[in-house]
Amino acid sequence: MNETIDPSLIDWSRAQFALTAMYHWLFVPLTLGLGLIMALMETAYYVTEDLFWKRTVKFWMKLFGINFAIGVATGIILEFEFGTNWSNYSWFVGDIFGAPLAIEGILAFFMESTFVAVMYFGWNKVSKKFHLASTWLTTIGATLSAWWILVANAWMQYPVGMEFNPDTVRNEMNDFLAVAFSPVAVNKFIHTVLSGWVLGAAFVAGISFWFLLKKRETEFAVASLKIAAWFGLIASVLCAIAGDGSAYNVGRVQPMKLAAMEALYEGHTRQGLIALGVVNPDKEAYNDSTPPVLLKLEIPNMLSWLVGRDIQTFVPGIKDIIDGGYPTTNGLALSAAEKMKKGRIAIDALAHYREAVTEGDKERAQLNRNLLKENYPYFGYGYLNKPEELIPNVPLNFYAFRIMVGLGGYFILFFALVLVACYKNKWLSGKFLQWVGILTIPLAYIAGEAGWIVSEAGRQPWAIQDVLPNSAAISRLDVSSVQTTFFVFVVLFAVLLLAEIRIMLREIKKGPEGESH
Amino acid sequence: MNPIRNVLQFYTEGFRNMNLGKTLWAIILIKLAIMFLILKIFFFPNFLKENHKISTEEKQDYISTELIKRANP
Repeated sequence: MNETIDPSLIDWSRAQFALTAMYHWLFVPLTLGLGLIMALMETAYYVTEDLFWKRTVKFWMKLFGINFAIGVATGIILEFEFGTNWSNYSWFVGDIFGAPLAIEGILAFFMESTFVAVMYFGWNKVSKKFHLASTWLTTIGATLSAWWILVANAWMQYPVGMEFNPDTVRNEMNDFLAVAFSPVAVNKFIHTVLSGWVLGAAFVAGISFWFLLKKRETEFAVASLKIAAWFGLIASVLCAIAGDGSAYNVGRVQPMKLAAMEALYEGHTRQGLIALGVVNPDKEAYNDSTPPVLLKLEIPNMLSWLVGRDIQTFVPGIKDIIDGGYPTTNGLALSAAEKMKKGRIAIDALAHYREAVTEGDKERAQLNRNLLKENYPYFGYGYLNKPEELIPNVPLNFYAFRIMVGLGGYFILFFALVLVACYKNKWLSGKFLQWVGILTIPLAYIAGEAGWIVSEAGRQPWAIQDVLPNSAAISRLDVSSVQTTFFVFVVLFAVLLLAEIRIMLREIKKGPEGESH
Repeated sequence: MNPIRNVLQFYTEGFRNMNLGKTLWAIILIKLAIMFLILKIFFFPNFLKENHKISTEEKQDYISTELIKRANP
């Protein structure tokens, strides 16, 4: 028993997965956001029949194509990693993960590949209506693909709609709708797609500001800016509202993630939300008396309200979650030690069940199957050596959360300002606003990546919340092999990214082609 | 004209008239070749198959043993 896994294997496997996922996420949000903006612009062309819009949409479509070409299939590397580095996980999640990914693959292949071709090859060859429909269907296809990926991810945060089968050693889906439409999946989809829309709007606004800075293509730039500003403002406000829904869900199903995001060690009712602060590097243990956050600026009662829609809601801190005993909707919370005990009972029951089945002892098998089912919600806790292993990286989550939220607030102000500026043309010629607009592009990428850091690093140590920690999910590989592929990816991704940036900048400098009217 | 021939002609002409698209397709093909002919084959074999867990029963036994062995005693 207890053949432990080298901690550096876990770290390298996680680093490799994070690198690939974060790289993949450089391309997906722009596909989602820019795709919709292009569809809106082409709709303007279809309605007005003004060739200006055709020229405009063709320019943005070119940049969309560059992003699509460099980004396409980068997600497949994640699937390679599942089979090699995360084989226990891949087997354990069974069809729950496989079904959404298969649907995503089929959708992506048939919808995107078919209609992307019409979008690029079909100008003047198919009817305007069919071309417009293809542009919309490309965008809708990409968005539906995102839905299934996010359903799979949401299930890892909130595993519902399944039952563990000790014979197959797999979680088997028993309620497809619960998996596909869990509140976490729905909210994650809305929040994530909206963040892609914000990025798309920031991208269009930033490049339009560059043209204004260079005093080129002014009519094109202002028209693009107006669409980006309206679209970006609506998307960023809706994204903030969806973000509130995410915080509510996290508080309900992943209280430790919320506590890490807030560096909250001892919870209270009327708990405030830290707007700004510095994580105290001197805090060494979850139960010492060192204050966790220095120089904090707090919004009173806000966290309690966010989590429970009532300022009297008790928000547990890290120490509360480890010690247990605080009120929840299901009675008093269990301590980490109690959960670890139940987890070990569940794993022992799995071992005894399989022994009993081999020996043909039906009664013992049934007894252990029942014991496993009863304790399965705590299965993953049986792999923990000490309660402290439950604590995610607090500074990482704390700062990533504030970067995401802070930039989210900034985008609302930015797009509102750009919108006003679009109708007061004088403002648009100001160099300050032009540079702010250009620099907003990287900020949108940073906000998106920070969001994923909160989502994924906040779930640690779990691969599947409460059920499977990373230490049990990974394959027993040599650390050196994972290190090798990590650095292979660093080189490959860097080359591809440089190629994209170079081609993208070259095409931006060329500007829209042909006459505008 | 035959609809299949129409579709083929649509794609053929589309590919033939590409400018930037040729560079992008070259990048896509090189990337796919690296991914499937190098990374997948040499660096990312299926771990279970690689460890001779071919049948479903062998895989189930291997995973259950791993999950049981790694538990905290």
